[in-house]
Amino acid sequence: MNKAFGRAWMVMVYIFLYMPIVTLVIYSFNASPLVTVWTEASLRWYVALAKDSDLIAAVWLSLKIAFFSALMSVFFGTFTAFALTRYKRFPGRTLLSSMSSTPLVMPDVIVGLSLLLMLVSLQHWLGFPERGLFTILLGHALLGTAYAAVVVTSRLQEMDGRLDEAAMDLGCRPFQVFRLVTLPLLLPALVSAFLLTFTLSFDDVVLSSFLSGPGYSTMPMVIFSRARLGLNPTINAVATVTIAVVSIAVIASSIYQSRAERQRKREVAQAYSDANQ
Amino acid sequence: MTNIFNYLRNHIPGRQIVIGVPYLWFLLLAAIPLLIVLKISLSEMESTSVSSMISWTQGWPTIKLNFASYIFLSTDPLYFETYLSSIKYALVTTIICLAIGYPFAYFMARSPKHLQPMLLMLIMLPFWTSFLLRIYAWKTLMVNNGVINNVLISLGIINDPIAMMNTPFSLLVGMVYSYLPFMILPLYANLSKLDVRYLEAAADLGTSPFRTFWLVTIPLSKAGIIAGSMLVFIPAVGEYVIPELLGGPDTLMIGRVLWDEFFSNNDWPMASAVAVVMILLILLPMAIFNKYQSDQLEAKS
Repeated sequence: MNKAFGRAWMVMVYIFLYMPIVTLVIYSFNASPLVTVWTEASLRWYVALAKDSDLIAAVWLSLKIAFFSALMSVFFGTFTAFALTRYKRFPGRTLLSSMSSTPLVMPDVIVGLSLLLMLVSLQHWLGFPERGLFTILLGHALLGTAYAAVVVTSRLQEMDGRLDEAAMDLGCRPFQVFRLVTLPLLLPALVSAFLLTFTLSFDDVVLSSFLSGPGYSTMPMVIFSRARLGLNPTINAVATVTIAVVSIAVIASSIYQSRAERQRKREVAQAYSDANQ
Repeated sequence: MTNIFNYLRNHIPGRQIVIGVPYLWFLLLAAIPLLIVLKISLSEMESTSVSSMISWTQGWPTIKLNFASYIFLSTDPLYFETYLSSIKYALVTTIICLAIGYPFAYFMARSPKHLQPMLLMLIMLPFWTSFLLRIYAWKTLMVNNGVINNVLISLGIINDPIAMMNTPFSLLVGMVYSYLPFMILPLYANLSKLDVRYLEAAADLGTSPFRTFWLVTIPLSKAGIIAGSMLVFIPAVGEYVIPELLGGPDTLMIGRVLWDEFFSNNDWPMASAVAVVMILLILLPMAIFNKYQSDQLEAKS
């Protein structure tokens, strides 16, 4: 295929992907309350954002939920990945693997509805849990576990199983092998899984809407309810702040990851050369 | 005695816990909830709660199945039309994503090796910023006095604003925009592993570049095409946020109907029945996707 055509095609796709984000950022500095008409540069929407206590409370709630649900996701996701990669044969393995991919492929509305109906039945029997922070947390952790499992599984598959065997030959107990060999090797994958599930939770509106109770509105829920009513420049300001934070986090984590990867390769090379001497 | 303790310490934990923990987690949060949806779809609404399916008469349990929701679902043509139109929009989205994403992934896989990680990162980066905010941004772009219309009018290309918002067009733009990366990533993963020697062999045997593309490249990337299409089609069928923000009153989507049955009409059995039929609709594409995934895993190991 033609090279110039290829380059043009790629540029067009990138423009398509980035145009909305760039517009959001530019118009967050617009003085006019009409979101789409540019008058002059101003920070008034950032001032409005700083005074918007509803939105700020929602941001805190979202951060809390995202942090804890990401921790839970990485925990259960790692278990799932180990169960599916380390044990090739056990009764119900197919069931586990299809259950773990259910949240990935099911539309959000179905995951949300089914979880809510389960929690309502549970509450009917046990008087627990009340709809609110905990139920949103569970929903996000379920979705996150499925994603974390994929990330950790792909890392486990490319990991050299001989390292574990070597540790066992040298007399490590299974848990010691995990703590001293597998876990350090897995760490970059766990960090990516944490970041991914944090973002998923911070972004979710459908599951939260189903699972939240009165008084618990996450940031996406507040933004969604405002966006339904019409255009609102404060949303542009929120968007710009989130984009700035996310970009910094993504760049920092990719620097960290490439550094960790280089460090790991250096150590492996060092170990081989030590062994050969 | 010590032998038994040693045996327990070495054998009881590990395997059972590693398998048991995720099993219970997914059983409780993924499998049982879906069974409850099935159960509630076969009940009826009694003022504020759902009727119980099992009643006790003279010490014997009797199971009462109520098909009212399904009967209503099949007799009211609105539901049928909505399912059909959801599938239609999801299908069109998938085809457009494939048409844009395939050439993109192809060119990306052919670009200089040292640039590829950056190109890939640029595809993933929007994914890290809020999906909701990006959909909202399209609203800013597409409303009548929005950015696109303003630019076109000031350039003198059009005189009156084009009505884009709340139409099938704006819905499709939002869907293609959101799901394009899901199409590109598996396609790129597949095309970047394509053995160039096959293409060289075809060229040596005198095949034209176009025929080579059609007869060699496309068949070899079938797995990527299937994975990408399923990753776009399945979630697109049940999409709620995009039609709610960018669609109009006449762009029917089943995710929105489910939401309204639940939140506006408070009809849990009806919402559940809508969900059950939706699951049946995406079961086939899901099975294809799962089979593809397990084939991939087997090929890897």
